[in-house]
Amino acid sequence: MQSIDLATQPLRELNSTLQAQSAQTNATAWEILNPRGAHAIAVGLDAPIEVTVRGVTGYYCAGMNKQAHIHVTGSVGPGVAENMMSGAVIIDGDASQYAGATGRGGLLVIKGNASSRCGISMKGIDIVVHGNVGHMSAFMAQAGNLVVCGDAGDALGDSIYEARLFVRGSVRSLGADCVEKEMRPEHLEILRDLLDRAGADAKPEEFRRYGSARKLYNFDIDNAAAY
Amino acid sequence: MCGIVGLFLKDPSLKPQLGAMLTDMLVTMTDRGPDSAGIAIYGSGQAGQAKLTVQSDDADADFATLADDLGQALGAAVSLRRADTHAVLTLPAEQADAARDALGTLRPGLRIMSDGQNIEIYKEVGLPRDVAARFDVASMSGSHGIGHTRMATESAVTTQGAHPFSTGADQCLVHNGSLSNHNNLRRSLKRAGVRIDSQNDTEVGAAYVTWKMQQGATLGQALEGALTDLDGFFTFVVGTKDGFGVVRDPIACKPAVMAETDQYVAFGSEYRALVNLPGIDTARVWEPEPATVYFWSH
Repeated sequence: MQSIDLATQPLRELNSTLQAQSAQTNATAWEILNPRGAHAIAVGLDAPIEVTVRGVTGYYCAGMNKQAHIHVTGSVGPGVAENMMSGAVIIDGDASQYAGATGRGGLLVIKGNASSRCGISMKGIDIVVHGNVGHMSAFMAQAGNLVVCGDAGDALGDSIYEARLFVRGSVRSLGADCVEKEMRPEHLEILRDLLDRAGADAKPEEFRRYGSARKLYNFDIDNAAAY
Repeated sequence: MCGIVGLFLKDPSLKPQLGAMLTDMLVTMTDRGPDSAGIAIYGSGQAGQAKLTVQSDDADADFATLADDLGQALGAAVSLRRADTHAVLTLPAEQADAARDALGTLRPGLRIMSDGQNIEIYKEVGLPRDVAARFDVASMSGSHGIGHTRMATESAVTTQGAHPFSTGADQCLVHNGSLSNHNNLRRSLKRAGVRIDSQNDTEVGAAYVTWKMQQGATLGQALEGALTDLDGFFTFVVGTKDGFGVVRDPIACKPAVMAETDQYVAFGSEYRALVNLPGIDTARVWEPEPATVYFWSH
C-alpha cells in the first residue's frame, strides 16, 4: 500500500499523484494520513484504485470521482463526492451539507448521518445513508436513488424529477411536487441491491418510496401558486 | 464568508491556555476571513468593578493621561492597561454608564469595544495572525472566549465593522452570514433605546439579543426570538458572563461544527479549527441542527 502523510506532504502533490494513476497502475491501494479537516482531498480521480483516508476531511472530499473506491474512516465536511461519475465513496462517520450533490453515477454510502441538502440535484448517483438526512434533501433530484435508513428532515424531494427516494423512518415533510408512491417488486429489488452493496442492515420491506407527482414539469397556469 | 471559533472551558485547569488555544483556532480560519479579526475573552474580573475596553486610532495621544482624566471626571479610581490600539479601563461598576458619557467628551475619537465585569474585546483590521499578535491574545487566560475572522459583505472593512459586537454588559456576538432586515430592525431597536454604533448588520443582531434580555428573556429565549425576528442567513455564537450559545438560521447554509469533551465545548466554522484541541480524536463532534438553540453555562 502507498501511504501519503498530509502532515508532511502538500495537498496538491497528493491530488496530482492520485490523478496521475492510470487504469494499468500497479499502485492500486493508497492510504492518506492526517487529513485533519483539509479541503478537496482525493478529488478528480479517474482510475480503479482504492483510497483510504484515515481521519476527518473538510469541504469537497472525493469530488468528481470516476472509477476510484474512496473510503473515509472519519466524518466529512460539505460537498462530499460532488458530481461523482462512477466508483464508490464510503464514509464511516457523518457528512455535512450537500453530500453527493449533482452526482451522475457511482455509489455514495454515509454510515452516520448526512445533514441538509443531501443529494441536491442528483443526476444518477446512488446514495445510501445509514442514519438520517437533513432538510431539503434530494432537492431538484433528477435521477438515481436516495436511500435513507433513518429519518428525513423537512421538504424532502422538493421540485423532484425522476429520482427515487426510499426512507425507512419518518419524513418531517415532503417538498413541493414530492409524493409517496407505491412500492412495487422492481423497487424492492433495486433497494435490496443498494442496501446490500452499502452494507446496511435493513429490510427493503421496511421502507416507503417517494417520488415526483410530475405536476411541476411544465408550466401550468393552475399551478401558478406552486411555482 | 467568515470564520467563527469559540471555546467554553469546563475544566478550570485549561484557563491559562484559553488565549493560546483560541489564537490557534482563529489563525486556522484565516482563509474564511482575511479582512479583519477579533476576539472576546472572558477573563478575571472583580465584583463591583467594571472593565471598559476602548480602542483608538491615535492610541499614544488618547491613552497617555486617560486614566487620570477619566478618574477626575468621575471622581473615582480608574486604572488603565494598554494593549496596542486597545486599553482596558477598570473602574467602579456603578460608574460604567457615566464613564461612557465622560469618554464621549474627553476622547471623542475613542471607540468602546465592550464593558462588563469579565469581558474584554480586541478587534482590528488585518490578518488574524497579525491581529492576535498585536494584542498578544495567546497569553490571555479566561473561562470562555469567541473569535471571528471577517470577510466583509454588509459594511465597510473597518475596526468598527469587525466582530465581536457587544451591545450589553458582558455580552458579545459574532456572526457568519448576512441579515436582510437589519435596517428596519435597527430603527426599531434604537427607538427602544438600545445602543447601536455602526451600520453593520451583525451589530443589529447583537442589539436584538441585548434588547430581548433587557425585556427579561434568558439568552436561550433571546436566541429563540432571533429565529423569528431576524431575516437572513446566520450562524451566531454568543457569549455572556458565564454562558456560551450557538444558533443557526433554519436554512443553515453557513457551516458549523461543534465538539464536546469533559474539558470543553468548542465551536468552529470548520473542523480544521478544532484539530489541535486536546482530546479532539475522542470528542463528541457534531453539526448543530438548524433553528436549534444550544447553550452552556458555568
